[in-house]
Formats: sequence, structure tokens, C-alpha cells
Amino acid sequence: MIASRFIRNIRLGIKTLLLHKMRSALTMLGMVFGVGAVIAMLAVGEGASKQALDQIRRLGSQNIIITSQTPASQTGSGTMRVRMNIYGLLYDDLARIQESYEAVERTVPAKLIRGQGRVGSQTLELRLVGTTPDWFELVDRNKLAGRVLLERDIQENANVVVLTEHGARRLLVGKDILGSTVKINQGYYTVVGVIQSESMQSGSMQTPDQDIDAYIPLSVAIERFGDITVTRSSGSQTRELVELHQLIVQIESTDQVEPTAAAIERMLTTFHPDADFKMSVPLALLRQAEATQRTFNIVLGSIAGISLLIGGIGIMNIMLASVTERTKEIGIRRAIGARRNQIIGQFLIETVVLSVAGGLIGIGVGTLIPWLITEFADMPTVITLWSVLLSVFISIAVGVIFGMYPAMRAANLDPIVALRHE
Amino acid sequence: MSQPSVQPSNKQADHVIELREVWKTYRMGDQDVHALAGVDLDIERGSFWAISGPSGSGKSTMLNLLGCLDRPTAGKYTFENHDIASTSDDQLSDLRLKHLGFVFQNFHLIPQLTVQENIELPLFYQGIDPAETAERATAIAERVGLEHRLGHRPTELSGGQQQRVAIARALTNNPSVILADEPTGNLDTATGDSIMALLTELHDQGKTILMVTHEPDIAAYAQIQLVMRDGKVESLTQNQNPTRPATRPQGTHA
Repeated sequence: MIASRFIRNIRLGIKTLLLHKMRSALTMLGMVFGVGAVIAMLAVGEGASKQALDQIRRLGSQNIIITSQTPASQTGSGTMRVRMNIYGLLYDDLARIQESYEAVERTVPAKLIRGQGRVGSQTLELRLVGTTPDWFELVDRNKLAGRVLLERDIQENANVVVLTEHGARRLLVGKDILGSTVKINQGYYTVVGVIQSESMQSGSMQTPDQDIDAYIPLSVAIERFGDITVTRSSGSQTRELVELHQLIVQIESTDQVEPTAAAIERMLTTFHPDADFKMSVPLALLRQAEATQRTFNIVLGSIAGISLLIGGIGIMNIMLASVTERTKEIGIRRAIGARRNQIIGQFLIETVVLSVAGGLIGIGVGTLIPWLITEFADMPTVITLWSVLLSVFISIAVGVIFGMYPAMRAANLDPIVALRHE
Repeated sequence: MSQPSVQPSNKQADHVIELREVWKTYRMGDQDVHALAGVDLDIERGSFWAISGPSGSGKSTMLNLLGCLDRPTAGKYTFENHDIASTSDDQLSDLRLKHLGFVFQNFHLIPQLTVQENIELPLFYQGIDPAETAERATAIAERVGLEHRLGHRPTELSGGQQQRVAIARALTNNPSVILADEPTGNLDTATGDSIMALLTELHDQGKTILMVTHEPDIAAYAQIQLVMRDGKVESLTQNQNPTRPATRPQGTHA
């Protein structure tokens, strides 16, 4: 019975609001845009954050990635015509990291060499990654066919290659992939497996297979290419001596990641005073991204909050006008025997109906805007269930908070005075 | 102080209302204005009163007080055995809801509600379920001859019809007392007469009717005529021969 009364009250509220359609619609606009802004902003924020976090997470939150880089002050030796740059991570660094830290689970070295793959007349610029089987353990990538590199391949210096999906498709069009032979630079390799490509999104973090990668055993890479690469340009020659291009260090547990990263960095700095390496810690990036995202959300939330506040004040303003306009009605209801609380209830229901109706339309607008943004600006957006629930809750809260004062005003009118009001 | 000499001699008389030395004082600027200055009154259940007096005599204050819309400043007001001085606002609302029906000069219907919804209001506030509410409202609308107007809005009705709706609304909660404030003040004579016929009929059915009016013709329908002046009861006369309405088919005139 209480429920049916409540429904009657709501129906009555809707009916009263429909008497002034234009006024009610204009009053609702504040809520429509307020709630729309909340949902749209949260969706854009969530989309941006998800994209960033996904990229970072793909690198592995337990990993530390150390990459060789050309030092700022190039200490090349030799003549102008033939320069020799020696920098980067050393085989010794690999051993030092592996042996000195208890928290280090494993360390994966990689040599990165530019190359050209060829099958028949088909050629493809690619990047050779000379690495160990552990690489496939640390980097989250699905195996699509065949196998990945094995310990055996390293020991036997096997001329085998694991391709990424994109590479395999482009190089071996219409051929049986597994068991095919691919020529890369001067050597021939047998394809033993295919793994998933990293999604080809632009702006992705630096990982070994940002390009189209071909994975070969590290031992083979050392044997065939050595440590020196030669770049020729306009007659001059640049030689680079780099032992290892990348080390991925996996740490036992996430809470050890940052202290160990700091220790490794200190150690490496003593051996590499000219800063020819770069460390990136996905976990730290993740934290940083999350913190940035929080700040971003707070700023966006505040802006949306202000529009909701304005919406609420608009509703309150109209309801105050409505109370004045309906003073006599209030007097009649009181004379008939309505209690103060029943008058409060009546007016509160009207404001809540207004704000929730505005809120629901706002949810519609708020879902449409992110869709348009994704469609036309190509930005990822994610509408979360909680942002929709939050909006419904906010709508009710705005109705109750901003409706309370007008409702109390109505209920506290002296029925005698209210009845005489013209 | 004029005593309610016209009251029946029977000491066990059933008084729906008792006023003892009732004062109502308003503060106007730095002056106290006594709207009611020591009123004693016993109103027997089932009686029909006409209250008149010049403006400023306190008859409006009296009606507000009798209607439990107000509390006395001093003295004792007992309504249906409730001491009004010690009741809360909610209790006053409940008394009005259960025992009182108001009929106003300007009808005071709620414009956005239909006739039926207006009639249903007291039942709505009592929390009676919708099916029973509708049934009772329809029955009462029939009683005042408005069963064919239930879906209309008050503004679509004539003055007489609106006053019938107001009377129907005052009847839905089956009150013991009906308060009528100039019920015919905004109606032409013929329509006014039909409204008075309705009130007389209700009186015949046992309702206590308290009516404020300044028209002697209208006051003549009542059994007891109370005249107020300067916040006091000036005179109280028993009307030996109250006007009886001309018999006329119900609800044809509106």
C-alpha cells in the first residue's frame, strides 16, 4: 500500500510538472548537461587511462627494461671518415645483474639488428632480435603456430627464426609458414613458430617488436653479426660497437621492483659513467599514469560537479517560485489535513522527478558524446557502469538536496495565511 | 459574558466543541490586538450554527480556531475531547483530516487536479488504498449530483458545481463537523439556495455545521445564530423556524 501511494505521489508529481512543460524542460536542462558532462568526461578519462595502462601493463609490471643508448657526449674515436662509437650494455652487465641481486628472477638479453627478410622476390624490412627463450616468458604474446625459441637452439646455434604474425603474413604470402626458409641479410633461417604481433597502434611503448620482428637465438646473432654494426652515409662510415641492445630483468615480486631497479641503476652508473643506457620501469610508469589519471579525473569531476551545482540551483530556484505560486494549494492541502511531512514529500518528489528525468536524459547525452568522440576524433572512450550508477545517484541527491529548502518553505507556511493568499 | 443560554438543559449533552474563556491575541506593531477576548461556547453535536458579525469582529479568527487551523493564546478549546492547546501540528492535521470538512467562499479547489482527484484528497492523505478511494469518491460525487463531472477540471465547472465539489471533498472523510466560510458568497441566489439545500440535508443527516455568513437570508437556515462583535459573543439566538429549502430534484441546478 505504501508503494502504491508512492507511485501515486510520483504520478501526481509528473502531472504537476507537465502542466508547465516548457518550464520543467528548461529546468531539467541543467541536470541534462551536468550529468551528461559527468558521464562523458569520465568516459574520455577512462578511455585514455585504459589505453595508457594497457600499454604499460603489456610490458609486464614485474619487469625492468634497460636499453642501450647513444650517450649524450659522443666519445667516438678515429678519423672523420671512419668513426667508431662504443657504448651500451655489456655481456658483463648481464652477468653482474644476474648474480648480484636476490630479487632478480631472470634476465633476458637481446641484440637488435636491422635486417631485410627475403623469400623469393618478397622482401620486408625487419628487425632481428637475438635473444634467449626466456624472452617469450617475460613478454606477454600469444604463440600462434609452431614453437618459440628453445634452450636447444641456443646451444646448437640453430638457424631458426620465430616470426610475428604480421611478418609471416607479409613475407610468406600463400605459403606454408612453418618449415619455410627465410633469407635474412646474408643468412638462411628455418621458420619454427609464429607469435602474435603487438597491436600496431601508434605511440606504443618501446618494446623489442615495435617493428616487424624476427627472433633468432642470441648465440646465432653473436656468431653471424658480431658486436659491430656499420652504417654508411654519404661516403663516411659510422661503426657502432654495442654488445647488448636490451636487457629485460624480471623481479620476483612487484614490491621488489622499484628498490631493485634503483640498485641496478646505481651499479650500472658506476660502470657506465657516460649514461649510455636508459632504464624504464613499467610499474613506476603505471603508478605515474594512475596518479596523473586521478588528478585528471578530479579536475574533470570538479568541472562536471560545478555544472551539476548550477543545475541544482536552477531546480531550487524554480521550485521556490513554484512554492510561491502554489501557496494557496498548500494552504488547501493543509486545511484538508495534510501533515507538514506530506507537503515536504510532495515537493521533494517533484524536484526528484525533475532531477532524475534530467539525469536520465543526461545519461543518454553522456553516452552519445563519447560515442561521437570515438567515432570522429578516434579517441578511445569507456563508459563504465559505475559512472552511470553514480549519475543516477547524483540526480537523486541533487533533487533531494536542492528540493529540501523549497519543500520546507512550503511545509512551514501558516495554513491560515496560505489560504488567504491570492 | 453572554452565556450559552440556548444550550439544551440536558447536562449530558454531547458537545463536539467547547470553548472556555478563549483568547486569541495578535501582536500588531507594539500593540496587542485581541481577535478573541474571552469566548465561552458549547456546540452540541448535530447542531447548525450561523456565525455573523461585522468585519473585525473576530469571526474569521473564530472559524480558524474552530477548524483547528490555529491554537488559542489563552483559555481552553476542546474539540472532540482533544485539548487543542496541547496538540502538536501533526495532531492538529490529523484532527482536521478525520473530523473536519472545510467549505470556502472561493471553493478552494486545486486547479491541476480533476474533480475526482480533488474529492479524493482527504482519503489520499489518510492513506486509503486507491480502489476504495475511487469507490468512495464516486459515491459522494453522486450524493452532490456530480457523478458525470468526475473527469473535469475545476475551471471547467460553474461556481455552483465547484462548490458542490468542495462540499463533496469536505464529506469524503465522513467528518463530524463541517465548517463553511461564506459558502454562498460567490454564487447567485438560486445557486446559493441549492448549496444551502445541500448543507441542510447534511445537517438532517446528523452533521454539525458551522457557517460564517453575513447574509441574513443564509443565516436563516441555521438553528442557532451567533453574532460576534469585538472578539466577543454579542448574541446567541435560537432560530425557532429555520428556513427549509424548497424541494427540488438534486443536482439539476448548477
